[in-house]
Amino acid sequence: MSTATPSAPTNKLGMTKQDYVGSKSTLCAGCGHDSITGQIINAAFESSIEGHRVAKYSGIGCSSKTPAYFLNQGWGFNSVHGRMPAIATGASLANRSLINIGVSGDGDSMSIGTGQFVHAVRRNVPMIYIIEDNGVYGLTKGQFSATADKGSHLKSGAVNNLPPIDPCTLAIELGCGFVARSFSGNPKQLNAILKAAFAYDGTSVIDVISPCVTFNNHDASTRSYKHVKDHDFPLHDLGFIQYSEVEDVEIAAGETEIVTFPDGSKVAIKAIHEGYDPTDRYTAMKAIHESMQKGEFLTGLLYINPQNAPLPEVLNLVDEPLVSLSESAVKPSAEVLAAIMETLK
Amino acid sequence: MTATLASPSVSGGAKTRINDFSIQVATVNGSGSQTANTVLLRAIFQMGVFVSGKNLFPSNIAGLPTWFTIRASAKGYVARKATNEMLILMNPETAKEDIAKADAGALVIYDEPLQLDKLRTDLTYFPVPFQKLVTASCPEPKLHKLVKNMIYVGVAARILGVDMEEAKKAIAKQLKGKAKAVELNQTAAMAGYDWAMENLPDQDHIKVVRDNKTQGLIIVDGNEACALGALFAGVTVVGWYPITPASSLVETFIEYAEEYRKDPKTGKSNVAIVQMEDELASAGVVFAAGWAGARSMTSTAGPGISLMSEFIGLGYYTECPGVFFNVQRTGPSTGLPTRTQQADIEMCAKASHGDTLHINLYPGNMEECFQFSYDAFDLAERFQTPIFVMTDLDLGMQNWASKPFAYPDKPYDRGKVLDQQQLAEIQDWGRYKDVDGDGICYRSLPGTPGGKGAYFTRGSGHNDYALYSEKPEDYVAVVDRLRKKYETAKSYVPAPVFRNLGSDKGILAFGSSDPAVVEAQDILAEKGLKTDYLRLRALPFTAEVDAYVKAKQVVYVVEQNRDGQMTNLLREFYPEHATKFKNVLHYDGLAIDAKCIVDQINAFEQK
Ligand SMILES: Cc1ncc(C[n+]2csc(CCOP(=O)(O)OP(=O)(O)O)c2C)c(N)n1
Ligand code: SF4
Ligand SMILES: [Mg+2]
Repeated sequence: MSTATPSAPTNKLGMTKQDYVGSKSTLCAGCGHDSITGQIINAAFESSIEGHRVAKYSGIGCSSKTPAYFLNQGWGFNSVHGRMPAIATGASLANRSLINIGVSGDGDSMSIGTGQFVHAVRRNVPMIYIIEDNGVYGLTKGQFSATADKGSHLKSGAVNNLPPIDPCTLAIELGCGFVARSFSGNPKQLNAILKAAFAYDGTSVIDVISPCVTFNNHDASTRSYKHVKDHDFPLHDLGFIQYSEVEDVEIAAGETEIVTFPDGSKVAIKAIHEGYDPTDRYTAMKAIHESMQKGEFLTGLLYINPQNAPLPEVLNLVDEPLVSLSESAVKPSAEVLAAIMETLK
Repeated sequence: MTATLASPSVSGGAKTRINDFSIQVATVNGSGSQTANTVLLRAIFQMGVFVSGKNLFPSNIAGLPTWFTIRASAKGYVARKATNEMLILMNPETAKEDIAKADAGALVIYDEPLQLDKLRTDLTYFPVPFQKLVTASCPEPKLHKLVKNMIYVGVAARILGVDMEEAKKAIAKQLKGKAKAVELNQTAAMAGYDWAMENLPDQDHIKVVRDNKTQGLIIVDGNEACALGALFAGVTVVGWYPITPASSLVETFIEYAEEYRKDPKTGKSNVAIVQMEDELASAGVVFAAGWAGARSMTSTAGPGISLMSEFIGLGYYTECPGVFFNVQRTGPSTGLPTRTQQADIEMCAKASHGDTLHINLYPGNMEECFQFSYDAFDLAERFQTPIFVMTDLDLGMQNWASKPFAYPDKPYDRGKVLDQQQLAEIQDWGRYKDVDGDGICYRSLPGTPGGKGAYFTRGSGHNDYALYSEKPEDYVAVVDRLRKKYETAKSYVPAPVFRNLGSDKGILAFGSSDPAVVEAQDILAEKGLKTDYLRLRALPFTAEVDAYVKAKQVVYVVEQNRDGQMTNLLREFYPEHATKFKNVLHYDGLAIDAKCIVDQINAFEQK
């Protein structure tokens, strides 16, 4: 079914990368979210994910639009604002053979949908839970979200005076067994994290710092549009724009890299050092808090401890997907009804 | 007057009401009186007498007053009756008020120290020394409170002529084999009976006499009936959040699922039941599970539907199946959470923002609670849309006598779902293409192999191929097709049933109002006013409703809310007949009774 040229590299399933793409992105040129989309495609291709088994879920936001831009062979469900976790829960219970990818935004998951995030993590719904974190509400034109740093400015000049909610520490606190942070501009790291997440059974929370180029700097984004037009051609046949205004970086273990965002602001991204033990939640919490205090984003696979059973196991569900059970398997007999009626007499 | 042995027989003067009376029991919530009341009800039922019970309970775990009414009716009327022939007053806090409200001539059983007999002279009093009897019959002080209630069962049995063997059987049934509890309670009931035999006079005001009206019948509440409907419908995903009066529907389902929904070989469960964090999440689970191909449901009440409303719009517009039970209670807000109403009619007819119209089912009795619950899953999958099963606290939580449920032989209708092979054969499949012209499209399920059928479900504008579209014509095409689907549903939903006495004056009612309407019809007919009666069982309004509305000179719409919500819908769908509809309303939170219907219809007729 591959539509690419015969020479295109294939994975274990004989698929080319083209088999993992989606529709053309309609996001702003240079949006960090598109880079994440690119890495989801790469990771799924490289992990030889069976496309038809993929179910993609999202809430509402620019980030939540992205499931349309990858893995067209899978089914997608773009739901309502902040409620992606509930649909992931329902569908994953209905069919436990699905490979579930949820994409959300910082507004979607840390503001309106905090409750759903918390409970999905607590239940360990088997899914990759990606938060495309830009600190603003992109789609509604740049209001602060709950992950915005204290003291950060909006284009309008408004200042955020409230402390941020950090999805990673929150997830660890909730018992999540796979917690990572990455950066849309660090494709190598994000790719590795996503591949690890595909292999993980349970909720894997991945907070990806993903700059909103438009509502950080409008002028820059106008300029960038042209810029992207110049750059996206070679990748056009993939159906998405794999381009970020932020230069790609690769951060060596233990190193900190200062990344300049389109508005000129500088963000420090630190990669976890080699001796970091991701299986100890106290180490993880401590390291994250320390880096936050220094104004850095600590990135990498921050915590992994796959000891919790995923929800279908907690509920002791039959192995066969519930959706494929036959009528005779789920409908009790006439004798059963008669016996129940007898007890009610 | 106080009945004493000095007056060996108490006569009300009037004819004895045989198997035709109401008893009201006033107790304190949490005192275990529910068991005693059910035993009394069951004992009368086992004597072949048609009987119904209504628990009027507070929103409280223990300590607030609660009333239970038991109505026996030789004619089979089961609605709440506005008058009571016997009172059992066990709650010192409400006793005086209960006496003040009592109907003249009522028999009053009460705890002797309350000295109620001086309050009114037009009642017949039966003082009982409960404490003394309790102490004598039960050695364990901590059980006294519970046992006290069983004593009034014995006393009432003696006064009414209820066979104590039936009461004992009812106790055994109620306490399901817990031998020690059964013995303790049977002893207490007997103690009350024996004491009353020796110390209380006969009376000829009301009596229970053996009959054969209840043979083969069951006693069940609507939540259990709905739970059984869902069990047999093969529901596989349940997302819910507790709320009175809807909780016991899922809780009963869980009990049955423990027994009947386990894989016999592995002991693993073939239904996923998740208590979600709220109703928003429950609705999400229901729609997503339906989308993925499961039969899914939730059970809630008005406040829950309010929270689910955004998701309901999504489910409607993206065409996902799901069954929503709404066990209505008295709103708005917390309202009277333990009282009944039919006040979510308009909300569920159109739940959510934008243009939405939903299929609603209105079961009117226990068999329909069972059958409509079963059918709701077929309808949800056939129409790929939320289905609302609208009951209320009166149906859902009260005890009703019913014929045993017939086994639903009809195989499941899983609707228009394409499998791998069908998808492979179709050249130009579009998720939202109306191939059959009935407004219902063919869907595919996530996970279907073969490389065909994947599509993107979105709450934003879409075209026939489920692709994003903001084109005006694409938008209109989708919402017009959804309207067509609603029209198609008219030939699938349960048609109304009629009780026509031959008149151009019509009554239209639905749900739990049915018993009161039937009784009201008979009372009106006795006084010379014949009526026809259409019992509505679903939305959309079907052809039978069209014809009825057209034919009648006047339609009295009986419903349990303030604003005449069903009347509003009727006026909207039948604007040319708008003036025919007259509101007959009952909305104080109590179950509707025949008298209020008779009075309101008479008032209209006299105009
Ligand atoms: C119930 C509801 N309230 C508000 C909105 C408007 N809205 C759409 S997207 C959005 C914020 C999205 O922010 P985020 O999740 O961070 O996504 P981003 O666009 O930044 O990727 C809001 C408030 C909505 N769609 N639904
Ligand atoms: S507004 Fe911001 S988040 Fe939205 S697409 Fe544009 S750059 Fe991305
Ligand atoms: Mg955002």
